[in-house]
Amino acid sequence: MQVRCLPRFEYLTPKTLEEALALLSEHRGKARVIAGGTDLLPQMKSREVVPQYLIGLKNIPALDYIKYSNTDGLRFGALTTLHSVETSPIIQKRFGVLAQAAHSMASTQIRNVATVAGNLCMAAPSADMAPAFIVSGGKLKLVSPEGKRVVAIDEFFTGPGKTVLGEVELLTEVQVPNMPPHSGAVYLKYTLRRAMDIAIVGVAALVTSHNGVCQEVKIALGAVAPMPIRATGAEAVLRRKVINDELIEQAAHVASEEARPISDIRASAEYRKEIVRVLTRRVVEQAWGKTR
Amino acid sequence: MKQLIEFRVNGERYEAAVEPNRTLLEVLWEDLGLTGTKMGCNSGECGACTVLLDGMAVCSCLTLAVEAQGKDILSIEGLSSNGKLHPVQQAFIDHHAVQCGYCTPGMIMSAKALLDKNPDPTEDEVRSALQGNLCRCTGYVKIVEAILAAKEKMKV
Repeated sequence: MQVRCLPRFEYLTPKTLEEALALLSEHRGKARVIAGGTDLLPQMKSREVVPQYLIGLKNIPALDYIKYSNTDGLRFGALTTLHSVETSPIIQKRFGVLAQAAHSMASTQIRNVATVAGNLCMAAPSADMAPAFIVSGGKLKLVSPEGKRVVAIDEFFTGPGKTVLGEVELLTEVQVPNMPPHSGAVYLKYTLRRAMDIAIVGVAALVTSHNGVCQEVKIALGAVAPMPIRATGAEAVLRRKVINDELIEQAAHVASEEARPISDIRASAEYRKEIVRVLTRRVVEQAWGKTR
Repeated sequence: MKQLIEFRVNGERYEAAVEPNRTLLEVLWEDLGLTGTKMGCNSGECGACTVLLDGMAVCSCLTLAVEAQGKDILSIEGLSSNGKLHPVQQAFIDHHAVQCGYCTPGMIMSAKALLDKNPDPTEDEVRSALQGNLCRCTGYVKIVEAILAAKEKMKV
């Protein structure tokens, strides 16, 4: 039951990234950063998380931007909301899978304030933005008082709710390279309800076609392992082959074997493996259809 | 430590001294006496607490009151003007879209947010916009009908 009020905390509002990092360092171990707060605040209400300090990031305009260039691809700041990603014309046009994943999440009200960065940093195994970014070759810029580093999203997650983020480190920017020509990417999410539901299984695929051959393929699975994972075995079935239904079915089967889901209140492990097979087939078919 | 915040609700300027751990929903109720916005799940899943924050539908139960600083808030009380109901409110009555009424303010605010951005939504777009508003009584059909009827009235 969650009719509790929030626990007491002190609310700090840095105006710059440097200030935010300094506060995070000063209150190390006792502070959490908050952007949209749509995941953090319910956790605080249920007393799963009880920070003494909340460091609000919303007053740092330097973190709120979406930039695109033909050379560098897409870059957007940590305060970019799911709504912004869902509705950005450039993202819809050139990185449609990201808009598709954002649109599949939660509700209008949540998407209006929740951030992509938050979804990635909270690192739920079912995080919907993760498979989409993984197949898109996303990279994350992490900043600490010691400096900056760029980490491929494949290497960002280390376990349920865990990432490589240091104690005094912030995700400041998400980078996505331009999709290769003749590429298609799709994210499908299996849920019981039409909306407001955590993925039972989430699958994303990006395929690149060259003369009818699958030049490159990336498949990512969400909600079926301790963190979002690449289905490298399934990819190997398709890579540099001529795509046909049989091959896609084979790849889907391999993906279902690569998944290592748990049984929980939403579904059994066996059911999840079966849904991985079905969704992998569908995303690859649909993504391949987009390459033409 | 309380913070002094200043914000606008339904066109009127308010000041309040609030602890950081109070939500906008709590402050609307307890400090401003605006009880039209309802608390349902208190965790952002039911939408009963929906208000417009600078024109965007948000769950006020997940909005820290201190984050309302300098913002424009529209709650259900702010929809009618000079005693006349907003077309969406009237449509809910005309189309029997209200049973217990608890989800209704949130539904109407979500509908207003939708129609402000998209004056001519399809039924699918209406249902999509209401994803975050749960109703235990009506089965949603009359709610969707009311909103589609309101949009026609508002086009004129």
